[in-house]
Amino acid sequence: MSLLIRYLIASILLWSCVAHAEPVAPLDFAAAVQALNADNFTAKEQAIAALAALGDERTRVVLIAFQEGNLQYRKADGKVVLVREVAEGYQLTDPIGETDLGVVGKRDVKKITINNALRRVLREAIARLSLTSKRADVRLTAVGELTGNLDVAAVTLLERARATEQDAEIIAAIDTALALNAVNSATPSVRLEAVAALQGSLLPAVRNRLNSVAEGDADAAVKQAAARAVKSIETKLERYALAETVFFGLSLGSVLLLAAIGLAITFGVMGVINMAHGELIMLGAYTTYLVQQAMPQYLEYSMLVAVPAAFLVAGAFGIAIERGVIRFLYGRPLETLLATFGISLVLQQLVRTTISAQNVTVSNPAWMSGSWQINAALSLTYNRLYIVIFTLLVFAALLLLLKKSALGLHVRAVAQNRSMARAMGIRTEWVDALTFGLGSGIAGVAGVALSQLTNVGPNMGQAYIIDSFMVVVFGGVGNLWGALVGAFSLGVVNKFLEPYSGAVLAKILVLVFIILFIQKRPRGLFPQKGRAAES
Amino acid sequence: MKTTGNPRKFSLLLAASMLVGSTLAQAAETIKVGVLHSLSGTMAISETTLKDTVLMLVDEQNKKGGLLGKQLEAVVVDPASNWPLFAEKARELIAKDKVAVTFGCWTSVSRKSVLPVFEELNGLLFYPVQYEGEESSKNVFYTGAAPNQQAIPAVDYLMNDLGVKRWVLAGTDYVYPRTTNKILEAYLKAKGVAAEDIMINYTPFGHSDWQSIVSDIKKFGSAGKKTAVVSTINGDANVPFYKELGNQGISAENIPVVAFSVGEEELSGIDTKPLVGHLAAWNYFMSVDAPANDAFIKQWQTFIKNPKRVTNDPMEAHVIGFNMWVKAVEKAGTTDTDAVEKAMIGQEVPNMTGGTAKMLPNHHLTKPVLIGEIQEDGQFEVVWKTDGLVPGDAWSDFLEGSKDIEADWVTLKCGNYNTKTKKCSGQNYE
Repeated sequence: MSLLIRYLIASILLWSCVAHAEPVAPLDFAAAVQALNADNFTAKEQAIAALAALGDERTRVVLIAFQEGNLQYRKADGKVVLVREVAEGYQLTDPIGETDLGVVGKRDVKKITINNALRRVLREAIARLSLTSKRADVRLTAVGELTGNLDVAAVTLLERARATEQDAEIIAAIDTALALNAVNSATPSVRLEAVAALQGSLLPAVRNRLNSVAEGDADAAVKQAAARAVKSIETKLERYALAETVFFGLSLGSVLLLAAIGLAITFGVMGVINMAHGELIMLGAYTTYLVQQAMPQYLEYSMLVAVPAAFLVAGAFGIAIERGVIRFLYGRPLETLLATFGISLVLQQLVRTTISAQNVTVSNPAWMSGSWQINAALSLTYNRLYIVIFTLLVFAALLLLLKKSALGLHVRAVAQNRSMARAMGIRTEWVDALTFGLGSGIAGVAGVALSQLTNVGPNMGQAYIIDSFMVVVFGGVGNLWGALVGAFSLGVVNKFLEPYSGAVLAKILVLVFIILFIQKRPRGLFPQKGRAAES
Repeated sequence: MKTTGNPRKFSLLLAASMLVGSTLAQAAETIKVGVLHSLSGTMAISETTLKDTVLMLVDEQNKKGGLLGKQLEAVVVDPASNWPLFAEKARELIAKDKVAVTFGCWTSVSRKSVLPVFEELNGLLFYPVQYEGEESSKNVFYTGAAPNQQAIPAVDYLMNDLGVKRWVLAGTDYVYPRTTNKILEAYLKAKGVAAEDIMINYTPFGHSDWQSIVSDIKKFGSAGKKTAVVSTINGDANVPFYKELGNQGISAENIPVVAFSVGEEELSGIDTKPLVGHLAAWNYFMSVDAPANDAFIKQWQTFIKNPKRVTNDPMEAHVIGFNMWVKAVEKAGTTDTDAVEKAMIGQEVPNMTGGTAKMLPNHHLTKPVLIGEIQEDGQFEVVWKTDGLVPGDAWSDFLEGSKDIEADWVTLKCGNYNTKTKKCSGQNYE
């Protein structure tokens, strides 16, 4: 017996020795940092573990810099430094003494490369160090990170953090993580309690864990509770998935509406088939590009400048097209169609020769990148969200303009009865030009929004011309509300079809649906009433 | 002839015919090299670079004294990303301009379009882009990768090194992605991946509304098994795709995307910050540290007069193809298609990554396979490579019907030989 104990003690001692020896214990922090600049990724991974094991408070800064590519080494002497980009090159800082090492050219230092495996190791190591951060969002991210990768050390850290944490949201997140750990307990009652605590959490890790418990737990009660929890989670997830699809549909609808709303005016109100409408959208997108080129340091505000600029540019082009070509062709739809198609080719070539035949890069301002995380199952991307809001604003402004302003009154008067309007002293020629300019200007504004979602190139307009006509015809020619309802319903229908049929077939199905619909109701959803409609 | 009676007219005619004869003789002193790449339309972005590459190579060869004592002359035509026009322009090059060889095409559909023309007129085409395989023509040399030199090793890397268990195969809806995904699906299933762990998705050219597809990928990847996306998405649709990935918070550590059609040239137009860590599989990267590569980059940037221009994989393929053709012509002593075709097989030239490319009897090359992670500067950092060179396989071993077929232009003299029925059939097995 005693022999056995002695043997056990010896083996435990031996094992702990081996465990201690594993991360090659470096002498100090400076050596550990220098070791990060290893030849291969395995050595770098060991160096990270060794550095983290030291527990030095400067570690977190170094690891974050490592993750972001700001940990580099001087080519001259191989010293590992922290870099920050400045106008003349890189500003170097010594990670050990935190002293300033001066500014050097970009070619004098070289980044210590990382790969995906290292990125994961770094993220986890940073998370462990971030649990004590002063910023609540950093702590929350850290807890989330550790939840996905629970080991004994992580659980200890989380338990310690739980004791001092004040923020309710973070406490809940830590509790979820600890419950997730408790599911592994040997005692059925603890497991049962943990499953109960996990009920309602939407984290993928929780659902996967509960799923496996529901399938394979030794205790029947635990198994049943887990199955119930999974079921309730899944109902919730389904509800959120539905909300997400609706949002996607609204977002697609808002893009359709933005593209179509200008056409709803030129085609709907004036009856001009403008095949160059897509190119006016493209001009708006290129205006955004030029604005961003002109003010590279104020990227965040470029959108605010680009919207009026695009309106003016596209509007001016629109008025020029109307005055130069279309006004000679009123009442001859076929000729108008061909002439505007020609104009669309001219505009494309204009952009190709003056700017470039290739796509140009339009950057997203930071406030339009990323997503709004509502909960673990539902997040809305900011760019789409803003574009939905922006579309509704444009729509409201246009509606207001047409219903409440003098110009709007004239536009409607001319649309309803041209000769009568003229008899009343309205300069119908000017109204035509301004109406066309307004429709074109809005197309330009649409281009600004689209530049945030898709590629900006000479051909981009062609992708939207069919969709725009589709929406206008479906909604009812000459009716803005029709365009609104038409665009959003087409968007939502498309997104609900997409998971079943794929993107290509969904689009075809929607087109077929519209063709059938137009057979039944040739004037669209909201047909225009009154004299103009009969003519 | 009516004019025989009139000596003045006759002498005029003679003079005229002599003139024609002398221009013919002059024309015969140059060897014409056809360049069949789109310089306008959707594919211009990628193909214009390849036209410039061939011009650079021709220029360089002329500086070395030409070929067989003659100067080379590039004949550039623009098929304008229009697939039927490719066939017309190919006919023009071979029949009218009498080119000795043509370097051209990017998309598989354009190659399929010119194939009958090259076979009918017995021309010679060098095709420089990675493609779906299932083809081997006597008149075409495939200097890009076959699926076993790109797609299959990439999947092996994800499976063995990253432990990927669930697969999303996302592609643009045309022949290359469809065939590649068919091969990959068969390969994955052969490796024991269950059908519910494979998600396949196709989108049209230029697709921009990626939100629901990316959201589906996210849900697919949250099932607790390591997930990766194998992307055969082509052209500019990649930009909004990667943007949406970034916006929905899918990072390369969680769900890596490995792309087969995204190279340095494509990345030069994108903000690469959100893409860092995503992967691409090619046979060449600009970042590869090799003396041949450094020289090539320098030569290219000097020729194009832009120190920021990038190089990419299809460019390397053209360089290898061109150098091989030059050696084959020298060996054959003529530019005659049949003689050059024979001389081509077995040719070896150095590639840009420090190895040697060898032309195999099936008209494909031996190539190294590299997997790179996208870096913030739009370059790739090689994270994995094959130990040696992989010989290109024209007919995939993982597709039913295709695995019995062999291409061998030396012993079998056939691009489509069925080893079971012992028959040589047309171009396609279907």
